[in-house]
Amino acid sequence: MSNNITINIDGKEIQTQEGEFILNAARANDIFIPAICYLTRCSPTLACRICLVDVDGKQAYACNAKSKDGMTISTSTENIEAERRAIMEVYDVNHPLQCGVCDQSGECELQNYTLEMGVDSQSFAVRDVPRDSHDWGHLHYDPGLCIVCERCVTACKDMIGDNSLTTIARGAEALDATYKEEMPKDAYAMWNKLNKSVIGLTNGTDTLDCTSCGECASVCPVGALVDTEFMYKSNAWELSQVPATCGHCSAGCQITYDVKHTSIENPEDKIYRVMNEWNYVSLCGAGRYGFDYHNANVVKDEVAFNKAIEAFKKADTIKFTSTITNEEALILEKLKAKFGYKLVNNEAKAFQTFLGNYATLSGTRLYGSDLKEVANSSFIISLGTALKSDNPNARYAFNNSVTVNKGAGIYFHPVNDPIIDGLHKNVLSIAHKPLQEEAILYLILDLFGDKEALPSDIVDYLASFHSKKTITVTETVKEKVITIVKEMKVNEETGEEEEVEVEKSKMVPKKVSKDVEVDDNALLTMIGAEDNFDETLTKLLKKKETFSLVVGADLYNHPNAKNCARLVALVEKYSKFKLVMIPTLTNTLGVALINDLSSDEGSYSIGYNTKADFTLSALGDGSECDLDMPAINQQEGTLTSINKRVNPTNVAISYGGYVLNDIANALGIDSENTIDYTAQLPTSKGFRKETFDSLPDYYTNAGEEMRGYALKNMGRKASADESVKKINEALSLGENLIYLANPVRQFSDFTAKTTQLDEQSGIYMSEEYLENSEFNAGDSVKVKSENGEITANIVSDNKITGSIVLIPSFDSKLNSEVLFNGYRFANASIEKV
Amino acid sequence: MNTQAFNDRNVNDSYYMVDIEEYPTDGWGRFKRVIKRTFRGELFVGLWVVLREMLKFNIHTIQYPLEKMPIGPRYRAVHEMKRLWESDAERCIGCGLCEKICISNCIKMDTKIDENSRKEVSEYTINLGRCIFCGYCAEVCPELAITHGGEYENGSEQREHYIDYNGMLTPLEMMTQGKQQEFEGFGAITPHEDARMKKTPLAY
Repeated sequence: MSNNITINIDGKEIQTQEGEFILNAARANDIFIPAICYLTRCSPTLACRICLVDVDGKQAYACNAKSKDGMTISTSTENIEAERRAIMEVYDVNHPLQCGVCDQSGECELQNYTLEMGVDSQSFAVRDVPRDSHDWGHLHYDPGLCIVCERCVTACKDMIGDNSLTTIARGAEALDATYKEEMPKDAYAMWNKLNKSVIGLTNGTDTLDCTSCGECASVCPVGALVDTEFMYKSNAWELSQVPATCGHCSAGCQITYDVKHTSIENPEDKIYRVMNEWNYVSLCGAGRYGFDYHNANVVKDEVAFNKAIEAFKKADTIKFTSTITNEEALILEKLKAKFGYKLVNNEAKAFQTFLGNYATLSGTRLYGSDLKEVANSSFIISLGTALKSDNPNARYAFNNSVTVNKGAGIYFHPVNDPIIDGLHKNVLSIAHKPLQEEAILYLILDLFGDKEALPSDIVDYLASFHSKKTITVTETVKEKVITIVKEMKVNEETGEEEEVEVEKSKMVPKKVSKDVEVDDNALLTMIGAEDNFDETLTKLLKKKETFSLVVGADLYNHPNAKNCARLVALVEKYSKFKLVMIPTLTNTLGVALINDLSSDEGSYSIGYNTKADFTLSALGDGSECDLDMPAINQQEGTLTSINKRVNPTNVAISYGGYVLNDIANALGIDSENTIDYTAQLPTSKGFRKETFDSLPDYYTNAGEEMRGYALKNMGRKASADESVKKINEALSLGENLIYLANPVRQFSDFTAKTTQLDEQSGIYMSEEYLENSEFNAGDSVKVKSENGEITANIVSDNKITGSIVLIPSFDSKLNSEVLFNGYRFANASIEKV
Repeated sequence: MNTQAFNDRNVNDSYYMVDIEEYPTDGWGRFKRVIKRTFRGELFVGLWVVLREMLKFNIHTIQYPLEKMPIGPRYRAVHEMKRLWESDAERCIGCGLCEKICISNCIKMDTKIDENSRKEVSEYTINLGRCIFCGYCAEVCPELAITHGGEYENGSEQREHYIDYNGMLTPLEMMTQGKQQEFEGFGAITPHEDARMKKTPLAY
C-alpha cells in the first residue's frame, strides 16, 4: 500500500514510506527534531510548534508534514532557531521555579528543551492569573506547572478513548499588542493559544470519572499531572527501573517497575510506580496502579514444603490458573509427563479447544493478526468480548483505529457500554441477545465474505436469509413550483405604477411516499439490528481498506463454541478480515500451547493459585494457602501475550520462599533455575529455542517492538471439511440476565489484592437498572441461577447501561463462577436478603 | 570583582630558588653527613628551646578540651540545618539533591505529601560515620538549608549524644535571638551575585 521513498534530512538520505510524518521518519533514523506535543501513534496536536523544519525552502511542522519522494529537509535554519528559542522562552513565562519540589524531579521536557535551546534570559511577560491546583481523584493537576501541550488530552482521546480531558478557558488578559510585531511568528501564535487555555475535565466537575488508566499523567512532559498516590514519595533518579511485562491480562504490556528501598528504617525494595514506553504502549489502570500484589514476607517454610512434596506424591490432579509464566507451565507439563497428573484449567482449556477447532479449518495454529494490526486497520468488528475490561489494550487499538486512522467499527455485545459508545461517532454498538454470536458470524460472512470462494452450501444457507420485501419510503424531493405573483411596477414609458403579473419559480421540498422493493436480511432481525443498519454500514464502510475482527471469551465458552470457532476461521479465510482472539487471562495463550489439559478432576488435587486439597498460592495473607509461591512480579520468566509474543519479565521484588522449580527439583526434575526452561519451550508450538538471558526488551526509535520474540504461527494440515452447523434458533436465554465480567482495572485475585485498585467487590448494576428496580446500591442480595447461588452486595456502575447485571470474577471470595455453566451469560433471579 | 591577580600566571617575578646544600650521592658522602649530624648537638638545641619556653610561663598551647580555638567560617564539620529568617520554618524543601550528590552515599531522606499538599521531609539521616565532609551537599543545596557547622567533636560514649535531624536544626531560641550563623563556605551566595543576574521582565 505505502511506497518506499527517499528523503533527505540534513544531508542524510533516508528511506521511508510515502505519507509518513517527517518527525517519525527522522526519529526512526536517529535524527533529532525537537518536539513536545507530538505523541507517536496519535494525531498531531500542533500545540508546541517547536518541531518546525525547513522543507524545500518552506517552513513546515515535522509532526504533521507528510514525506514525499525527493524532499530536502533542514532541521535548523536561523529563523527556526529564533522561533524555537522564543517558544521556549514563552513556555518559561510565569512557570514557577519550584523544580526542587516538582514531582517530575528532572525528568522534565521543559527543563531539557530550555537548556537545549540555550534560554538564559527572558524577554516576554504577561500578567498571570490565579491557577490553583486540583485534586481530580487519582490524579493531581497543577495548572501552574502546565504548559498546555495537550499531550494528556491527545492521549486520552486518541489512545485511550475516554475523552475525559479537554482544554478550558484560562481567563487571562490578552497579550501585549506589541509582541505581535516583534516576536517570531509561530512563537506568538503558539503563545496566543497557550495564554487562553488550561486543561480541564470534560464532565464539568472536579473529579475524574474515567477508566482511570493514568496514561495522561505518564505522558505529561512536566510535573503538572501526577499520580496522587505517588506525589512527593520519591525523586525519579532514586528509582531503579526493572523491565517487566504486566502480569494482569493477556495484553502483555511493556512496563518498568520503579523500585527503591521502602524507607530509611526498612531497606527492603518497594515498587513506587509503574512506567511505560508511552510512545509505543499504553497501559490500563490495572497495569499502572496494580503493582503491589507481591507475596510479602515469605520465608522458606520447610515443614510446609515437605507437606507439599507429600501432597504431590499423593495427588493425581493439578488445578491452576493462567497467571503463571511459560516456564512454570512447562514445569507442570513435565510433572504431568513424569507422574501422570491431570492438569486442570477450565478457562485455558476452553481457549485451547477453541484454538484447536479453529486450526482444523484454518490450517494455522494461531490467529493471524495482532493488536498493532488492529490499530492500523480501518474497519474493526468486535464480537463476544466485553472489550473495555477483558483486554483494555484491545479497546485502545480499536479506539486508535477509529480516531487516528479514520476508521470505523462495530461492537457486538449484549451489554451496553457507554465507554465504547463514547469512543467515536464511527463506532456502532449493537446490543444483540446472548447466544446470537453465530448469527453475527454468519452476518459477517454474508456482508464481507467472498461468495465465489465460500463453500456453496454456506452461500446457499446465507442466501436463505434474504427475501424481498416492499417498504414505503418517504423521500424529500425538491420540486419546482411556479407561481404567478402580482407586483407593482413602474412602467418605464409612462412613469406610472401599474400592476404586472410576474412568473416566479421556487424550489420547494416536498415529501413523497414511494413503495420500494428492498432486500430483507433475516440475520439482521435475528441480532436485533436497527432498521437503518444497511445505511449506517455503508456510511461506516466508506473508504475502508483493511479489516480486523476481534473475538473474545463469550465465544470460547459458547454452547456451540466449536461451530463458532469454525465460523471464525471461515471469516478469516474467506473475507478481508484479519483475526485476533483475546486470550482470557494473563498467560492463557501460553498455557494453551504448552499444556495438555484435562477437563475432569481426580480424587486429590493440588491447586496453584486456586483452591484445592493442597493449595500453592502467591496471594499471600488472607488466602487459604498451604505453601507460598511468588507472584508474577517476583519471578523471572516469560509470558505469552495476545500479540503472540513471548515477553520476558524480571524480578521487581525479592522473594524468600520456595518456588515451583524447588518442588520439581525435589520430585526429581532437575534444573537450577526456573528460567532454564525458557530454551526448552516446545518449538513444535512455535516457541524458539532461546535462553532467557538472550531475550531483548526494548523498543527501537522506529517503534519496533524488540521484546522477547514473536511466536511462529505453525501450520497445520487443514481438513477439507469446511462445513459449519446452522444456527440453532432454539437456543436462547430469557430475561433477567447476568454476565460474568470484571469492572475495568480488575482481572483476578492479584488485582483485587492491590491497594490502589479500589473497585468494590459485588454485583454491578447500571444506574438505569437500579432506578427502575427496588434495589439500591449497597443492598445485600442473593443471586440465584440454575447452577448455584451467591450472596453479594450491589454496586452501582455507571460504565454500563441496560439491564444485564455484571458478576465479577476478580474476587474469588464471591465465588461467582458457580452461577455459570461455561457460557458467560446466564439467567438468574436476584432478591434481597 | 577584580580578577587580575588570578589572571597573572607569570610566576617568575615573585619566586626565587632556595639555597640548599647538595645531597650526597655516594656512600662516603652519606657517611660524612651522618657523622656531621650526630656530633653537632642538635638534640640539645631542641631540648634548650623546650626548657626555655617552659621557664618563661608564656604558653601558647591551647588547653583542649578545656579551651577551644574558634573555627573558621568555611570549616566543614558536622552538618547543620538552617531555618528561614522570616518564618523560622525549616529551609529544607526535600528536593533530594544532597542525597543525590553525596559521594559516600550517607544521606537518606523520606518524603511525603503533607496536609497542605506540600512536600514534607518525614525522615532525614546523615550517616556521619560514612561522611567524608566534602561539602557537596552544602554546595548543591538550592535553599542554603544544609550547611556545615563548626562542631567537629564526633566521639561519645552514648548513642543518645549523637545528633538527629532535630539536633541539626537551628534551635528556635537561637532564631528569636537572631543568632543563626550563615555558612560562608561552599554553596553560599557570593557577594557579586546580584550583578551577574539578568532580570526577568514582569507584567505587574
